[in-house]
Amino acid sequence: MLSHILKRLGHTVLVIIGISIISFVFLQLSGDPVGLMLPQDATSQQIEELRHKLGLDDPVIFQYLRFAGNALQGDLGRSLFSNEPVAGLILERLPATVELAFFSMAFALVIALPIGIVSALKRGTIIDTASMILALFGLSMPHFWLGIMMIMLFSVQLGWLPTSGRGSFLHIIMPAAAMGISMVALFARLTRSTMLEVLGQDYVRTARAKGLPGYLVIGKHALKNAMIPVITMIGMEFGLLLGGAVIIETVFAWPGVGRLIVQAIMDRDYPVVQGAVMLLAMVFVMVNLLVDLAYGWLDPNVSLQGESK
Amino acid sequence: MSQNQSAAGIRDDDLAMTRTAWPARAWSALCSLLLQSPSAFIGAIILALIIFSCFVVPTLLGQDGEATNLLNTFVPPVWQEGGSWSVPLGTDNLGRDVLGRILVGGRVSITVALCAVAIALTVGLVLGTLSGFYGGWVDSIIMRVGDLFLAYPFMLLTISVIALLGPSLTNLIIILALADWVTYARTVRGSVIAVRNKDYIRSAEAIGARNRTIIRRHVVPNILAPILVLATVRAANYIIWESGLSFLGMGVPPPTPTWGIMLAEGRNYILNAWWLVTLPGLAIMFTILSVNLLGDGLRDAMDPRLKRVGK
Repeated sequence: MLSHILKRLGHTVLVIIGISIISFVFLQLSGDPVGLMLPQDATSQQIEELRHKLGLDDPVIFQYLRFAGNALQGDLGRSLFSNEPVAGLILERLPATVELAFFSMAFALVIALPIGIVSALKRGTIIDTASMILALFGLSMPHFWLGIMMIMLFSVQLGWLPTSGRGSFLHIIMPAAAMGISMVALFARLTRSTMLEVLGQDYVRTARAKGLPGYLVIGKHALKNAMIPVITMIGMEFGLLLGGAVIIETVFAWPGVGRLIVQAIMDRDYPVVQGAVMLLAMVFVMVNLLVDLAYGWLDPNVSLQGESK
Repeated sequence: MSQNQSAAGIRDDDLAMTRTAWPARAWSALCSLLLQSPSAFIGAIILALIIFSCFVVPTLLGQDGEATNLLNTFVPPVWQEGGSWSVPLGTDNLGRDVLGRILVGGRVSITVALCAVAIALTVGLVLGTLSGFYGGWVDSIIMRVGDLFLAYPFMLLTISVIALLGPSLTNLIIILALADWVTYARTVRGSVIAVRNKDYIRSAEAIGARNRTIIRRHVVPNILAPILVLATVRAANYIIWESGLSFLGMGVPPPTPTWGIMLAEGRNYILNAWWLVTLPGLAIMFTILSVNLLGDGLRDAMDPRLKRVGK
């Protein structure tokens, strides 16, 4: 178990270093900041001086190490547009994005799990077929379009919910639901198929044979095992949430990191884009690390496999 | 050759012994799967209709979806009061024919999805096969690099590259493909490892066939079917991502109509012209639905486990 955790931690560190290298390369490719910082008629001597002052004439490897060192201390450079520290801009908006991701995931799970379980138990009935057809539609809808449709219905026509912004609980319902729908479909399908698989296992038959009441068989034996793949999926889908936030935050004017990224791209403010992408990628990596560790704890087979390799 | 039921539902020994070219074999395997699954069949037909309508019909009607008519703006669809058969789905804020724009707009989505699948599939197939067949350090390097790609939320990786390179059709295709090759590579690798120790590979090795020949003639044909199903499922995602990127103004630049751009423009008129944002979204939905039906149907037809449970 311990070696599984250590191995996983080591792997995470490598991935994070990889992400920082990619971010650094992208930043380098995005252009020379000196051109933007000096007036058009600057002499080549002035340019050289500024380059030297900024350390841009150092070997690339030193520049990377400086970038990584600064990043570790929470310094991601400054916005080209507002000259504010990038890290501050991002951290200011991160809670809104995390809140949205959390509510979307909660929305998806609360709806998807019962649908998946009932479909599996009532396999082949009209309930099962209807849920799976609905799930297929849910998977096929672009979430930002669904968001706009919801605004048309619930805000414009019915006037029940605010169209945009963040504040009360009412504000988060539509963005979370719009973003959650495709995940409802994914999780409902996954829960159904893992439940079906688990329900066919010997231990479930044994539990039934020894006369355990149905709800205990389902709740204690089947569900617990069927949830393992679902938990892995939660980690993977978190990436979809962070990426999807970019669009859904734009639709609902949700003041999160996604909207910051879109705005920064319009302003050609590449340090902000790169800083935000790097930070969200790292959040995603950490979430997956936690999911993996939880997975090892839930399913002892995983750590055993890890050690026998 | 004891295990002769491959994932594709075709017999491994058939594949190993017949001498027809393997693309033809993969094709016929795919067709037989299509016939096995009604949902895949329906999906394929709807998809074929959509592709035909997008690529052929506008040309026949002389439509490019770009012609404006400022005297005829905001005409509603034909079934609403004020609608006209000359523009069955109405017109937008510049008097452009919405039906024409939807049909022409589909070209971008479908082109992007098909090309991105082709590139990602090729890269994933080559790297995944190398990884699974040779193992060792080749495998380690390819898979570690792949992990890095997987570490990025897909949409963020594409957005940060597009912000760098600028939006265009080619950039969009390349970026989607490069961000997603690892999905294919991992699946290919898994399948290759599964067939690596099969008897027919061993015997090919025993008679001294070169690795290249073994991979080309025996490994790839036997793993192709599951990969094609994966490609179908991914194609549906590319269509969503392409429309999302163009919704944000990071897709193919105007005046070329795309579904995403239509949604972004129509969004400004939700108060008085519901059709501008509703109809392109429905077009996206039905396209993806047909691709999903196809992919799901093929997968179910191929998965022996699901079939057993079903019977």
